[in-house]
Amino acid sequence: MTSACPTDAERAWALLEHLSDPEIPVVSLRELGILREVREGEHGLEVVITPTYSGCPAMGQIEDDVKAALAAGKLQARILTQLAPAWTTDWMTDAAKNKLRAYGIAPPHACGHEKSGSANVVQFAARNAAAEIVNCPQCGSANTTETSHFGSTACKALYRCLDCMEPFDYFKPY
Amino acid sequence: MHAPVEYILHLADNALVLGQRNAEWCGHGPILEEDIALSNNSLDLIGQARLLYQHAATLIGGDATEDKLAYFRDVPDFRNYTLCELPHLPLMAATSAGDRDFAITIVRNFLYSSLMVLVWDRLQSSQDKQLAAIAAKSLKEVRYHLRHSRDWLVRLGNGTEVSHAKVQAALDQFLPYCQEFWAASPHETDALTNGTGIDMAALQADWNRIVDEALNEATLQRPATGGFVPTGKQGLHSEHLGFLLAEMQSLARAHPNATW
Repeated sequence: MTSACPTDAERAWALLEHLSDPEIPVVSLRELGILREVREGEHGLEVVITPTYSGCPAMGQIEDDVKAALAAGKLQARILTQLAPAWTTDWMTDAAKNKLRAYGIAPPHACGHEKSGSANVVQFAARNAAAEIVNCPQCGSANTTETSHFGSTACKALYRCLDCMEPFDYFKPY
Repeated sequence: MHAPVEYILHLADNALVLGQRNAEWCGHGPILEEDIALSNNSLDLIGQARLLYQHAATLIGGDATEDKLAYFRDVPDFRNYTLCELPHLPLMAATSAGDRDFAITIVRNFLYSSLMVLVWDRLQSSQDKQLAAIAAKSLKEVRYHLRHSRDWLVRLGNGTEVSHAKVQAALDQFLPYCQEFWAASPHETDALTNGTGIDMAALQADWNRIVDEALNEATLQRPATGGFVPTGKQGLHSEHLGFLLAEMQSLARAHPNATW
């Protein structure tokens, strides 16, 4: 804080900084990249959030959590949902990735930087492109296998470690 | 600049109707992992539909809402491909839920995802900025849908005699419906003209390549197409859409304006 009397936006940031994700409570909305911006708009405070997956059922809960956290600090804001730029797992901080791993979820690899065009689309679907090595978050082994492309939520795939035999979730690159 | 409302509804209805169809597997998947995978697939599709309906509702203005567009329009108002509304049933099967055929689900998801990776990719540069933003999100999701359905297609095609025969029959039954992708409807032409849509015919060669590569890997034969070209995207549907909508819309219509 630079001024002795923080602005509403600065107070709002302080209130929202540690708000956690409803589905993965060990990481904050800010670390995940869902909480994009807090700003003074024409009609007062605005909080900008972006959805992870289009159908993410947690978005309503996140909006309510943001409002409740602000209300606790006697602040009111409009919550704006912004789609572009599209959320990507590449925005996740290293600290957040470490927290995910400690929680038992293998963090996402970097997204391929896909270019527009059909060649790339076809390449993505090709079988050998799917063979990525995901380390077990429990024992660190690279000897793992994918059980299912989709896990407990749309953003995760289901894996199994062939060394410690533990099943685990992998947060898919998006 | 924005896309014609009818065009946005076409994209939204495709996603909603297929999302509703695939959700029929929820609680009935052949194995637990597939139950979860298909439900997540539906969640993505319904999420895409919601973003598109919200966009359309804003453009329509007045008292239009995403829920009104999804729950209070009737069969002739829907602009989805006929492919998306067909039941998961082989030809000549009885219509009970127990006869649902997983091979049909996989073939349809593969044919549709193979198209939509191309459509969403191109729509990222639509002059309609909101549509472009929705396309960028949807592309990330449909790539996973393509990967899922393609892997199963190959696995079933290379599987047992029974799985091969079932997936080949599903392909023979559903591939002709894909002819509807290429003949432009008036709203697609309008969207192309004002720079918000895309030229579907120009995607055909790329789509063929994606499909043929997978069929080859799956040792499946591509059936000859021809004959009737479906007209779902112009509001002329098969008899199956009415039953799907009746199930999907009955709750909202029985309790209009309910909130929960």
